[in-house]
Amino acid sequence: MAIEHADVLRAAHLARLGLKDDAEAHGYVDDLTHILEMVDRLQAVDTEGVAPLSHPLDATQRLRPDEVTESNQRETFQACAPATTEGLYLVPRVVE
Amino acid sequence: MHHKTLTELAQGLKAGDFSSRELTTHLFERIERFDGDINSFITVTRDQALTAADAADAARAKGDSRPLAGLPLAIKDIFCTQGVRTSCGSKMLDNFEAPYNATVVEKLEAAGMISLGKTNMDEFAMGSSNETSYYGAVKNPWDRSAIPGGSSGGSAAAVAAGLAPAAMGTDTGGSIRQPAAFCGITGLKPTYGRVSRYGMIAFASSLDQGGPMARSAEDCAHLLGAMAGHDLRDSTSVSRVVPDYVAELDTPLAGLKIGLPKEYFGDGLDSDVESAIQEAIRVYESLGATVCEVSLPHTHLAVPAYYVIAPAEASSNLSRYDGVRFGHRCDNPADLEDLYKRTRAEGFGDEVKRRILIGTHTLSEGFFDAYYRKAQQVRRLIRQDFLDAFDQVDVLMGPAAPTPAFDLGAKKDPVSMYLQDIYTIAVNLAGIPGISVPAGFAGKRPVGLQILGKHFAEGQLLNVAHQFQQATDWHRRHPADQETT
Repeated sequence: MAIEHADVLRAAHLARLGLKDDAEAHGYVDDLTHILEMVDRLQAVDTEGVAPLSHPLDATQRLRPDEVTESNQRETFQACAPATTEGLYLVPRVVE
Repeated sequence: MHHKTLTELAQGLKAGDFSSRELTTHLFERIERFDGDINSFITVTRDQALTAADAADAARAKGDSRPLAGLPLAIKDIFCTQGVRTSCGSKMLDNFEAPYNATVVEKLEAAGMISLGKTNMDEFAMGSSNETSYYGAVKNPWDRSAIPGGSSGGSAAAVAAGLAPAAMGTDTGGSIRQPAAFCGITGLKPTYGRVSRYGMIAFASSLDQGGPMARSAEDCAHLLGAMAGHDLRDSTSVSRVVPDYVAELDTPLAGLKIGLPKEYFGDGLDSDVESAIQEAIRVYESLGATVCEVSLPHTHLAVPAYYVIAPAEASSNLSRYDGVRFGHRCDNPADLEDLYKRTRAEGFGDEVKRRILIGTHTLSEGFFDAYYRKAQQVRRLIRQDFLDAFDQVDVLMGPAAPTPAFDLGAKKDPVSMYLQDIYTIAVNLAGIPGISVPAGFAGKRPVGLQILGKHFAEGQLLNVAHQFQQATDWHRRHPADQETT
């Protein structure tokens, strides 16, 4: 399956990844085309009836008792944040 | 002192030949002298290490005889270390001091080990040569024109160069085994779930696994015993008793059935690498093992399946880097979208962006079934190949990589780099353990023998590797020191 310029722009937007210019996007079209050509070998395999494997041991999510185990460490965790005030994370204004 | 194994260093400490402070100081002097050129460390933690060494010396004087107490090691910069920069080889986390320790770091510290610092790596562990690091490439101590392998390239190079007796690595598609092979050291990727991933910065969560890199299988046995085990903070860690890996080391190999996957000895395998591996197999035959050919028929699909699954998981995991809670943030964002897009454009390098784009594309509407679902189905076929092979044999053996370490800058095309991992990647898809042990040289560059086992057969792999190391001395070779110029 070929990948086109528009696909790269769409993926970049979905991933919120800024691209400098068209030349950068074109570079990724070339790279991703080569990678997907290699990946397309998968299409030749008959996988009819094969269940997808998402965990190598086929394990499912365990649940733990619903108990409070962690204490509030807001100051510790916000110490590494780029911008905070009064315990809140700062971002550009979203609602006018 | 700097070429000794952990086991030998422990004896030296016990006998009073040197103290933990002397050992640690000696290694920092070596890092100072030699690492300017090799570039295996991103951060060294000298003050903390010396404080810990003094504490270990004091504890030993009072009778502390734990096998790893007072011994130094290096930690791949993917493991969170409280109060110490944890960069993951990325500009995105250049300013990130982790607010907590990874479980593995806690466990090794609890065993008395001393961290020398954080080792260089491919950015977010995405690479096979250590060349994608924001902190620059690492040189192979055996040949400074060669890459050390990746992504745990700094860890492997530090051990090979005698800057650390052991190091922690992680392996998502070969990132412990391939650099161990290229740098002539021993590296073990445990079964998925054997070692906690808590505090290990996520790349591809269904494939990532931490493990030890050291000078011998015996040292890896000590380290794995200290690292492994169930962790309530990692729901994918397995609740299963950790065996005494050291006790298993001396089991004789008579009657061991070794399978050689024919797909690992085909086109593209360097002839010097093949000769070294065949010679290693003959050593095993002399130790009483029997050898037969087996087939892993879906081997050629491992790299394609991996390059759907790993980037898909990565694109999801790396969405957390948004410039809001930690890490890099762009200057003067115009609005929220600009904040995200510019922060990520500035913080990530090319290879990481490539994988985020591939993963986002293959998971997006209209492509999911053709790529992601298909790759997961093929993943099951690949795992089944191994399960079928282990019905016939105890372990599988082959080369860890098709060639010895390649030249710095030699592989510009991403796909040719990806195909380097042809012998290691299927192991992560199947979740089984694998170890690489030194098995000779191709010219100046080391060759690694890869040994693969059943799920949770780490004890057997370490035993099989240790017996080889009792019969050979490849693991005792070390490169000549070379002053930084």
